[in-house]
Amino acid sequence: MTTAEVKPPVLTIGPLAWLRKNLFSTWYNIALTLLAIWLLSALLEPAIQWGTTEARWGVIKANLTLFMVGQYPRSQIGRVWLTVYLLAGLIGLSWGVWKNAARGFALIAVSAGAAFTMIALFFRWDAWTQWLLAEAILLIFYFIGLYLPRGTLITAVAWFLYFPFVFLVIGGSKYIATLPPVPSNLWGGLLLTLLLTIVGNFGALPLGILLALGRRSKLPVIRYFSIGYIEIIRGVPLITILYTAAILLPYFLPIDVRPSQVIRAMIGFVIFEAAYQAENVRGGLQAIDRGQYEAAHALGLNGTQTTILIILPQALRMVVPALFNSFISLFKDTSLVALIGLFEIVRIARSILAQTEWLGTHREVFLFAFIIYWVFNLAFTYGNRRVEEALGVGKR
Amino acid sequence: MRENNVSQEIIICRDVHKWFDHFHVLKGISLTVQKGEVIVIFGPSGSGKSTFIRCLNRLEEHQKGQIIVDGIELGNDIRNVEKIRQEVGMVFQQFNLFPHLTVLQNITLAPAWVRRTPKEQSRELAMQLLKRVGIPEQADKYPAQLSGGQQQRVAIARALAMQPRIMLFDEPTSALDPEMIKEVLDVMVELAKSGMTIVAVTHEMGFARAVANRMIFFDKGEIVEQGTPQQIFNNPQNDRTKLFLSQILHH
Repeated sequence: MTTAEVKPPVLTIGPLAWLRKNLFSTWYNIALTLLAIWLLSALLEPAIQWGTTEARWGVIKANLTLFMVGQYPRSQIGRVWLTVYLLAGLIGLSWGVWKNAARGFALIAVSAGAAFTMIALFFRWDAWTQWLLAEAILLIFYFIGLYLPRGTLITAVAWFLYFPFVFLVIGGSKYIATLPPVPSNLWGGLLLTLLLTIVGNFGALPLGILLALGRRSKLPVIRYFSIGYIEIIRGVPLITILYTAAILLPYFLPIDVRPSQVIRAMIGFVIFEAAYQAENVRGGLQAIDRGQYEAAHALGLNGTQTTILIILPQALRMVVPALFNSFISLFKDTSLVALIGLFEIVRIARSILAQTEWLGTHREVFLFAFIIYWVFNLAFTYGNRRVEEALGVGKR
Repeated sequence: MRENNVSQEIIICRDVHKWFDHFHVLKGISLTVQKGEVIVIFGPSGSGKSTFIRCLNRLEEHQKGQIIVDGIELGNDIRNVEKIRQEVGMVFQQFNLFPHLTVLQNITLAPAWVRRTPKEQSRELAMQLLKRVGIPEQADKYPAQLSGGQQQRVAIARALAMQPRIMLFDEPTSALDPEMIKEVLDVMVELAKSGMTIVAVTHEMGFARAVANRMIFFDKGEIVEQGTPQQIFNNPQNDRTKLFLSQILHH
């Protein structure tokens, strides 16, 4: 007798089946569903009422540029756009070169660009042309990426150069006539928030890796230094580190070196975040089986090669969720720099509320700030998932 | 220090001792292995046989006595140790493949970084080795996608990629499901017949009978008895050897 082929049970899918199964399966389930609908509408109705009639959304429209770049000189705003165009080009290039691996990010960027274009058109904000241009650049570079020889190398190098380049373009230099210096106390809004997040995190990660390795070092000097650093920094609140960086840092530096408040804040974030990233990475290092070291040594790899080629890639892959967690935390913690006089999103929001014509628009302004944070965090969360999938976290 | 350049003695151990804290795990092991010899070490668990084989490429440090491998004495000089490790391949009970690398990358890693072999050449060698162990079609998979037997064969190919003069096997089939043991043993037998010097800790008596030149019985940190497979199987001298053989052969 041959074994009859057994098919898996057919799943009923579709919205109606889903509704019946999850919301209306029993009498008390029906009751709970109805109760929930009533509660939601009771709560949401006033909010929708407010949002469509009372709210003065004009405050957002009037201050959108302030939200995005703070006091950045309006005559120089093309430089911020330049960094956006470059980013669009890089995303397009990555999409073309890496295809599926970068497609998700590219689609997010395309839809974000489209959304910004629509919003700008809706608010009669003249920036819609720039957003459209960014979209066009992204698509053009996608096609370039498809046919670029040695695309992987070029794209990787371009990403690597992008961040220093952003600093040059935003900050300017007295040696470049077309890019006059813009003092960093004029950087603000979303621009400042993103710069602090990116510098804080990407500066802290290498330092954190070194500290994590140092904490496991056989040399007592290195080990105790690492432990001391991590435990002291983790033992104090971020705001005290930011104050220290803002007020005390100049005393430790030569008299003619006076980093601006933004640079001090960045240093503070790097110092702070490194301690946490070190502990994240250490968690990954501890999870590596002893057999991995033995196999690497048995093949004749030396200590450094073993660490860089075998141990770190596995340890970092294992702690991707923790690294992203810290990344997101830091993104939100940038709001603390409002307290040392920098105009990031929250401080901008408060300054808008001080404008006499927009008195009493707390709800609109903070709702908007809330949405900015939330949308970016959605993107980071999505990025986290994609990175985990690409690296096969927990699968291999 | 180089000695015995002319002779064929590729591993020389003289009165090797090791302690784990106060536990005396190796109590004066002396053993000489000739080039091309196949040695099978067996004995009860905790007898020190794995510790001994791991001393031969200094994954464990011996505290007394002398170990000379391929003319170089193992000591605290890390460069000597790394040089020895390039000449001595090792296969582990738990495979210890690198899970973040593909099969091919696992094999080409050490030749590329330690021997500085050009990419194309090490790739070619890796494919040859994968053919030799019978799984060239798995080259681009990750270790977790392979069966235990396939993983262990990749591990053997990885060790061979360094073109070692000696291969150490530390219970290579103990973590395998029964139906996969044969495919690994077949590779080991082929390797033994090709003239490779092999020191293997294993309880696969069929393997020992087929290719071992010498069998060594370890118990309580000492070499209790050694001899050819015929001597050991047909006419064991020591009572502990007899007892142990009766335990592993009659079940």
